[in-house]
This record gives sequence, structure tokens and C-alpha cells, in this order.
Amino acid sequence: MSDTVIEATGLRKEFGTAVAVDDVSLTLERGQSLAVVGESGSGKTTLARMLVGLETPTGGTLRVCGRPRPPGRVSSRERRRRAREMQIVFQDPYSSLDKLQRIGGVIEASLDLHFSLTPGERRKRALELLEAVGLAERHATMLPRQLSGGQRQRVAIARAIAVEPQVLVLDEAVAALDVSIQAQILNLLADIRERSGISYVFISHDLAVVHQISEVALVMSGGRVVERGPTGALLSDPQEEYTKSLRAAVPRPGWKPSRRAVSGSAANGSAASGTAAS
Amino acid sequence: MKIPEVQDKPRDVREDLLDVRGLSVAVRAGRSWRTLVDGVDLAIGGGEAVGLVGESGSGKSMTARALLGLTPPGARVTGDIAFDSDQVTTMNRRALRELRARRVAMVFQDPRAHINPVRSVGDFLTEAMIANLGVAAAEAHARAVRLLADVGIPDGERRLRQYPHELSGGLLQRVMIASVLAVEPDLVLADEPTTALDVTTQSEVMAILDELRRERGMAMLLITHDLALAAATCDRISVMYAGRIVETQPSTTLTATPRHPYTSGLMLSRPSIDTVADRLPVIPGRPVAAFESGEGCAFEPRCGHAKPHCRDLRPPVQDVEGARVACVRAGELTLRGDVDV
Ligand SMILES: Nc1ncnc2c1ncn2[C@@H]1O[C@H](COP(=O)(O)OP(=O)(O)OP(=O)(O)O)[C@@H](O)[C@H]1O
Ligand SMILES: Nc1ncnc2c1ncn2[C@@H]1O[C@H](COP(=O)(O)OP(=O)(O)OP(=O)(O)O)[C@@H](O)[C@H]1O
Ligand code: SF4
Ligand SMILES: [Mg+2]
Ligand SMILES: [Mg+2]
Repeated sequence: MSDTVIEATGLRKEFGTAVAVDDVSLTLERGQSLAVVGESGSGKTTLARMLVGLETPTGGTLRVCGRPRPPGRVSSRERRRRAREMQIVFQDPYSSLDKLQRIGGVIEASLDLHFSLTPGERRKRALELLEAVGLAERHATMLPRQLSGGQRQRVAIARAIAVEPQVLVLDEAVAALDVSIQAQILNLLADIRERSGISYVFISHDLAVVHQISEVALVMSGGRVVERGPTGALLSDPQEEYTKSLRAAVPRPGWKPSRRAVSGSAANGSAASGTAAS
Repeated sequence: MKIPEVQDKPRDVREDLLDVRGLSVAVRAGRSWRTLVDGVDLAIGGGEAVGLVGESGSGKSMTARALLGLTPPGARVTGDIAFDSDQVTTMNRRALRELRARRVAMVFQDPRAHINPVRSVGDFLTEAMIANLGVAAAEAHARAVRLLADVGIPDGERRLRQYPHELSGGLLQRVMIASVLAVEPDLVLADEPTTALDVTTQSEVMAILDELRRERGMAMLLITHDLALAAATCDRISVMYAGRIVETQPSTTLTATPRHPYTSGLMLSRPSIDTVADRLPVIPGRPVAAFESGEGCAFEPRCGHAKPHCRDLRPPVQDVEGARVACVRAGELTLRGDVDV
């Protein structure tokens, strides 16, 4: 089996006359973590949805775990197999959860589809997973609307890691979490990676989080990749104007919001707060 | 403004636009009540911005919703919410609708769950202007395009024809912010308004909110997980844990000198944009809900500074060098804050 888990070449997606993703290529190695950052509306979610097969590319080719993924209907067996290859945590956890299904049931259903466990084992595993994301047994009996935004986001994460996929796509999956629980989830993801060799595609607006979780990163703007490289270098020494403006707009002591965030501020981006590491 | 009534509360003159005292929210669980928000005090003056940060699930969104009478059906809301000297808790439906339509607007944390999926963006934006502000349809349309441009969406005409599922998370969030700007409320309750936005767009959106504050005296409650953002855009920051506000400080001092151990723990958990930690420090133990915590300090099981007497009673709020802190040891502890100041 090859060590490349995702190989995408020239992916393109059009909606009517608008181009959401324009000629994006990427490869993801086993055990690698790739971050995707960039402008709101630049095509990150659309790219993610194409990778997991929820959106049919208008152009380009895609191979996952060494096999091509042609569009079209697939058998339920193939669907299950694809689910074991790749899982996604959606940006909008509320719309991705069944409103009438209790949280424990959400996780158990996911386990049931992919593993043969006794009901007792399944329940135990579901509780372990909830605990791993900082939720408790009492949350298992609750409905999605009874949870806070960050709690729902963690249910979605637990449901995805339950499947033990080879690739996990996380679309703004830690954005609604306070920094301590976010740290707990980032540590958990690091542990799972070390243990299982899972690969991540990590979409985020938080550059510090991206720095912590990924080795390589893509920067998107207007549907295209405008810069790519090792995450540390990209953040400490951005080359493209857009990346520089992102770097400069990160809130920090002394920062003030401004309407023209792009102009003039690029220069002090990499100079901010020293060169402590990397 | 109406003349405030004399009363035997700690602050007897109500000069703040929003003045919340002892706000609690509980929901039914079988036969008992579960407290989700527990005795929250909050005051926001006209043109003031107050940040609300804290643990996921601690009750931030529920607090904001209670201010507008938007708690879940059957919830029990107690305490005192005065907006411009009017009691919100006793308002009838009509008064509440009026309040929400013109004076207090909310940016919801999860826009996709709050914007009707079968109506176009244009309908969503113009409807309120036409119905509540009496603006003519054509004018409302033109205004909607301008508002979208304001929040960084240049192709407004096209966007107005689209449906929510055709918009990215950040675009939809900005549509929601535009809908609030349309009303020009006296107070905006912004529940994580920029979490789905890239940092340059976030900067623009926050600058617009800031402008409205300075030019029109709009007040803001900003719920966020980003302490640096709150510090840069708010006058004061309150920190919430297990349904209670455990600390309030001016933004200028909170990040450098946190006074509550939970706040300090939060600051230390933040990843850095300049360095990669082998393992991020986390606050040990599991979060508790307000109704799970016993008599004493709700943070006690996880606090590295806990002493036996922390379990005796709920720590009263005390003043410590300009901070209001609910920790019995606040006066004697020196806690670590922002490392990169
Ligand atoms: N189903 C659809 N129909 C029409 N346009 C769409 C559809 N889905 C996405 N788009 C458009 O494609 C573009 C890219 O959207 P996408 O959701 O991929 O952006 P994103 O980078 O994830 O943004 P954000 O950071 O705000 O989540 C946007 O202009 C969006 O309006
Ligand atoms: N309808 C409901 N019924 C019962 N409990 C609820 C309901 N809605 C929310 N809760 C609980 O109330 C608590 C507070 O929720 P709230 O949404 O206010 O949290 P939050 O501080 O905004 O968190 P986050 O940062 O994750 O958005 C949570 O523990 C949640 O599980
Ligand atoms: S009251 Fe005690 S347990 Fe609670 S935060 Fe203060 S020191 Fe820690
Ligand atoms: Mg997106
Ligand atoms: Mg919330």
C-alpha cells in the first residue's frame, strides 16, 4: 500500500458561472497533517467536500488511499469502505447532526456501522469517546439542541474519530472551543496521530492552532492556492502579500482592528514578538 | 431616560443601558431543575463594549439569549434584567418583539441554524427593514447591498439572490452581521461573530462594529474565545465558568494580571503563533455544569491553588485592585497571565 493517502490534481469546482475552486493540487502522506487557511469564501470547504466525495469536481482527478474515486453511485459496501478511509468534521455541527438523535446514539450509530461490537461494548466505547472530547455521561442522553455550540462541535469530532479513519478532514472543527478544551482536543489529535498514523486535513482561521497541528500548509484566496510550504516557515516568513496580510491581522497585544487590513500592515507581520523557536 | 427608582440594591442608580443582576436560568430535568446560568451580574453602558469569555458550555450563549427572552421553552429565568430602565423579564410578547426589532440585536453563534434556509439572503436582509423600520422595498434592497459591501462582500447583488446553503460559513456569518447593522440597535449581543472569518475579514468586521460604537454609541456584548481579540476591542472582560462570572477586569489589565485561577489557566493553554509546544498545557480535570457543582467554588476540583475552605461556600465577588473576582484566595495569589506581553 502506498504511503500517499490523498493525491489530488487540478481540482476545480464551478457553481453556475462562479468558480469556487480553481486548479488546486495537493498530496497528503500517511501520518501527515496539512493545514488549509485563507480567505472566507475562498473555497476551503468546497475543496474539503470534494476530497470526501460530497461534491463532484467539475475538473481534475482524485485518488484516495491509492484508488481513484470516480464520481457516481456506489454500493453500500463501497460507501462503508470509503467512510473508513476518510471522515469529515463539518464546519456547521448543528446542521450535520440529526436533530432527533440523542448524543450517545449518534456515536453508537457510527460505531455500529463499522465495527461488530456487543451493545455493552458499544455503549462503553461511546462514553470513552465522549470523555476524550471533554463531555460526560450526562451529555449522552441529550439532544443536539440542548448542547452549547462547542459541545456540538465536540460530538462531531467524537463521531468522526469513532470510525478510526485513515484521513480525517476537520473544517473549523475547534473554532467554537475555549482555549483549554481546544488544547485538550489538539493534544488528543496529536495522540491519535502518533498511535495510528492517521492523516489530517485541517481547515482553520486560527494561525496559532494551525502552527501547532500541522507541518505543511496551503493558503487559499479566490479559489486558488496562493502559497504553500512548511507551516512554520510560512507563518514566520510569508512570501505572498495575502499571507502577509493574514499574518499581520492576528490579534495580539497592541493590535487594533482596521477596515483596510491589507494595506501597509504587511511589513510588521514576521517581525512580531521575536524568533523564540523554529 | 426615565428617572430610576430608589431601591435597596448595591448600586442604586441605574445609569447603565443594560443592567443585569442575579440572572439565573434553569431548565427542567425530570422532577428537578438544572441551573445553567447562576447569579450573573452584568452592566453595559451606552457605547461600551464588554467581552464575555469562558469555558465551552459555561452559559455564555444562554446568558445572551436570556437578555432577549430567548431561553428554551419551559426554562425558568430569575433575577433582574433592566434595559434602559425597563424590566425585560416581565415584558409581554409584544414589548419583547419591539425590543428585538429595534433596540437590541443578536448575532447568533450558529448562523445556519438561525437563518431560514428556504428564503433568499435578500429576503432575509430586507424583510426586517421593511417590516420594522418602514423602509420601502427598493430602498431596502439598495441598503442591503451597501451593508454587504460594508462587511466585505463586494458582489452584493448576486449574493442577495442566493440561498443560505450556497454561502460559505463566513459569508453567512457576515450576512447575519449585516442584518444587525441594518437595524442600528442600541445594543448588539454578538455571539462569536467572527469565529468563521479569516483574520483580515475579522479585522474589518470588528472595525465596523467599533465605528458604530464610537459614532452612534452602540453598546456591545462580545462573546468570544479569543482573549486577544476581546482585549483589543472591549472596555471590560468578564470570564465565565460553570454558569457564573468568576472575574471581571478592564481589558487593559486582564491578560497581564489575571486574578482568578481559571482565567490564568485559560491564558496558559493558548497555542502560540511563534512556537510549537510538544504538548499544550490544559486545565486538568473535566468541566462541570453549574448544577453539578456543590456548595463551594465550582472550579475547586480543578484548581491548583485550592484550599479546604474553598469547598465551604460559593466564593463571594471581591474587589482586588480594580478586578472583581469570585475566588477566596484572589488577594493572596500571583497568577501567570499573558506570556507574550
Ligand atoms: N452549493 C453552492 N452553490 C453555489 N455557490 C456555492 C455553493 N457552495 C459554495 N458556494 C460558493 O463557493 C465559494 C466558496 O465557498 P466555500 O464554502 O468553499 O468557502 P470557504 O473557504 O470554506 O469559506 P469560509 O471560510 O467562509 O467557510 C463561495 O463564494 C460560496 O458562496
Ligand atoms: N435547551 C437546553 N436544555 C438543556 N440544557 C441546555 C439547553 N441549551 C443549553 N443547555 C446547556 O446549558 C449549558 C450552557 O450552554 P451555552 O450554550 O450557554 O454555553 P456556551 O457558554 O455558549 O458554550 P460554547 O462556548 O460552547 O458556545 C450547556 O452545558 C448546555 O449543555
Ligand atoms: S476559590 Fe479556591 S478553588 Fe476556587 S479558584 Fe479560588 S483558590 Fe481555586
Ligand atoms: Mg468553509
Ligand atoms: Mg455559545
